[in-house]
Amino acid sequence: MEFVSPEGLRIDGRRPQELRALQCKFGVLSCCDGSALFQAGNTKVFAAVYGPRVADIRGQALHDRALIKCEYAHAAFSTGAARRRRGRSRKSTELAALVRGALEQTILVELLPRAQVEVCIQVLFADGGVTAACINAAMLAVADAGIPVRDMVAACGAGHLEAMPLLDLNHTEAATGGLEVCVALHPALDRVVLLQADAKASVDTLEAVTTLALQGCKAAAGAMREALLQHVRSLAARRGAI
Amino acid sequence: MQLAGQPQAPNIIIRGSGSSLAAASVQERLESQYEAFSEDSFVCVGDIVPTDMQEGFLRGHGTQVVDGQLMATVCGRVERINKLVSVRPLRNRYSAELGDVVVGRVTDVAGKRWIVDLNARQEATLQLSSVNLPGGVQRRRTAEDELNMRSVFEEGDLISAEVQALHQDGSVSLHTRSLKYGKLAGGQLVTVPANLIKRQKHHFNTLPDMGVDVILGCNGMVWVAPNAPPPALGADGEPEQAPPRPPATREQRAAVCRMAGALRALAALYFPIFQATLVDAYQARKPGLVDAA
Repeated sequence: MEFVSPEGLRIDGRRPQELRALQCKFGVLSCCDGSALFQAGNTKVFAAVYGPRVADIRGQALHDRALIKCEYAHAAFSTGAARRRRGRSRKSTELAALVRGALEQTILVELLPRAQVEVCIQVLFADGGVTAACINAAMLAVADAGIPVRDMVAACGAGHLEAMPLLDLNHTEAATGGLEVCVALHPALDRVVLLQADAKASVDTLEAVTTLALQGCKAAAGAMREALLQHVRSLAARRGAI
Repeated sequence: MQLAGQPQAPNIIIRGSGSSLAAASVQERLESQYEAFSEDSFVCVGDIVPTDMQEGFLRGHGTQVVDGQLMATVCGRVERINKLVSVRPLRNRYSAELGDVVVGRVTDVAGKRWIVDLNARQEATLQLSSVNLPGGVQRRRTAEDELNMRSVFEEGDLISAEVQALHQDGSVSLHTRSLKYGKLAGGQLVTVPANLIKRQKHHFNTLPDMGVDVILGCNGMVWVAPNAPPPALGADGEPEQAPPRPPATREQRAAVCRMAGALRALAALYFPIFQATLVDAYQARKPGLVDAA
């Protein structure tokens, strides 16, 4: 199968260094403190944030910092494959742990002692780049909830196909089983929060792919920042100065 | 905040319920409001907050210092008071201030104190020594009072109270040492975002035209109840403990429901909530929808 045409276009018509269309919506759920919908191409992820509030289980509360909980689920219709079983799988536990790790480094946990912040993530459509979309959606929901963070965290994936680094793989490209890297970045602090790779690769390949993913993170962070500012302005215009 | 199945006021379109011509016009008018704010008065997380080349600045809430520069930790509006620079988010959990009037739910009766849920970061406590005893007697609280705490407030009761003290970890102490505070019954609770409640001199609003009393709790919990009868004066000229309310009439209940609907509409639109906006929203409803016989 040909993943990059002689004209330099990928199967969905993108250039090798092109992100899919990003869309961010806020306040999509009403029962939580903050919520967001993040869409990258067809990949669509909901995130809801509850908290900071009193820990559900008193014994789990930490006296000097906040407890971060993360729950991940995907809709039965989100992937092409038939779902094998209900509830948590190893895959969903891993994804929840990845997002929690990124958030623990991002949220200023020491400002919220004894509190708990719970993030619930629901994948509606998985078309590649799910880990990155989950982290981005969680970040947007946390910002919508007004929880203090060190810096924006933005994530992006990149892969290596046909001896060429490709940004933001979709499901068809990712399904080849080649190298795929997911990177999460604090753009203003210039700090890598997460770096995940699932296949073996040479140092040069990894370097090229990671660099591309980092650039993707910065682009995604810019789009997320614009969306957040727009959201804040719209809320301020509605509420006025009180 | 859900409005499904409830009558909506005209010209008020609920966010996210599909667009219509009216929604477009509301949106258009709001967009034109954006220009009222200067470009740099809003920041996103990770942005450098402009400090106007000042030599010294004080780091306020919502900011952190990175390499000598002030960086925002929340998305919101920059507020500058002399040298203090802070960023206030547009939406967050209630953070208490001294003297706030709040409405909360008693979740637990612990020894000598009640635990009250205010929808805040931490739970609030109400000490036995900071409530008025039934009958209004002034004395030291005994072990017997401690055993009879459930006769004052029980688990699940809604109360109005005032913030007496703030603690380091974000928890607060309340008091109800006034006749206007205490247990709430015979009305409706509406929960709205705490950021919408404007802090004012009076949070106990009596609206005789509509026949409702509204307690705008600063924590976003709003109590709507039929007008209370004026407090009777005791023999010494002091107001007595309020007598139990008579059951509400059909008209009173309709007015309470309409006021609650107005509150939900304001919250769904993210409009500020205080007496003037409440009255406007209440009167903007379509006649004959709620009070059909």
